[in-house]
Amino acid sequence: MKFAVIVFPGSNCDTDMYHAVKDELGAEVEYVWHDATNLNQFDGILLPGGFSYGDYLRSGAIAQFSNVMTEVVKAARDGKPVLGVCNGFQILLETGLLPGAMRRNESLKFICQPEELVVENTSTIFTTQYENGEVISVPVAHGEGNYYCDEETLQQLKANNQIVFTYKNNPNGSVENIAGITNEEGNVLGMMPHPERAVDELLGSKDGLKLFQSIVKSWRERYVAAT
Amino acid sequence: MYKVKVYVTLRESVLDPQGKAVMSSLHKMGQSEVEDVRIGKYLELTLQKGDYDLDEKIVNMCSKLLSNPVIEDYRYEVEEVVAQ
Repeated sequence: MKFAVIVFPGSNCDTDMYHAVKDELGAEVEYVWHDATNLNQFDGILLPGGFSYGDYLRSGAIAQFSNVMTEVVKAARDGKPVLGVCNGFQILLETGLLPGAMRRNESLKFICQPEELVVENTSTIFTTQYENGEVISVPVAHGEGNYYCDEETLQQLKANNQIVFTYKNNPNGSVENIAGITNEEGNVLGMMPHPERAVDELLGSKDGLKLFQSIVKSWRERYVAAT
Repeated sequence: MYKVKVYVTLRESVLDPQGKAVMSSLHKMGQSEVEDVRIGKYLELTLQKGDYDLDEKIVNMCSKLLSNPVIEDYRYEVEEVVAQ
């Protein structure tokens, strides 16, 4: 299984993401620049954190019109796993691959600290290696992570089991303590906490590693076991 | 040429934490009459005249990029200006 780490001008967690996949997960991975027009050779797409295009206008707003996002949308429609972390999540929201939007943190402060997350759904391709209700420690680092959606969207998220991670102690004011959601099909996950920064005990936690392992396992079951 | 002034604000139903902070600061200044503060963005676009529907074009730009309809509202004003 081969991953792409998409790099926008202003991405700053791309190296962490690359390291997590290559060295800790042990899978193939390549950086892909934002003007790329083809992602066919990749099986999984990773949108890292940072401040794409300086976060001008709104976080993630400018990135939605980059060449590579047309390809990311295509990959998502093809059912490939797409993971957006932090700014990557914001880009997925702006692109419309995930419902809702981000507001400034309720405290108006940039928050950078480990957070306890509850794994709410273990049946997604991103979470099979976790226990249901498992509490994991994953760091957050954001100024705009205050997830918002209207009541109708929230009911849909609940009805379709799209809420994957919630905060145990909501740090930013997000609706229903939401930390991460998938699309309806379940192959696109956006989350504010950084699993790529929690892949080794040296980093304080390796609870994020299982997320990447889940993706690979689901992919192998689907494509390798069948052949 | 057209000069288009676009105002983007958070929707009424969406809490504006920045506006709230500014309001409480105004209250501390003694401006107790202030009941609400909403912070937004102001954009000025200069457009060439052409064979297009101006309102349609502005609405398209506002709803797809300049504002995020999930949390923001926009309004705009158009001024005709002479190119310099």
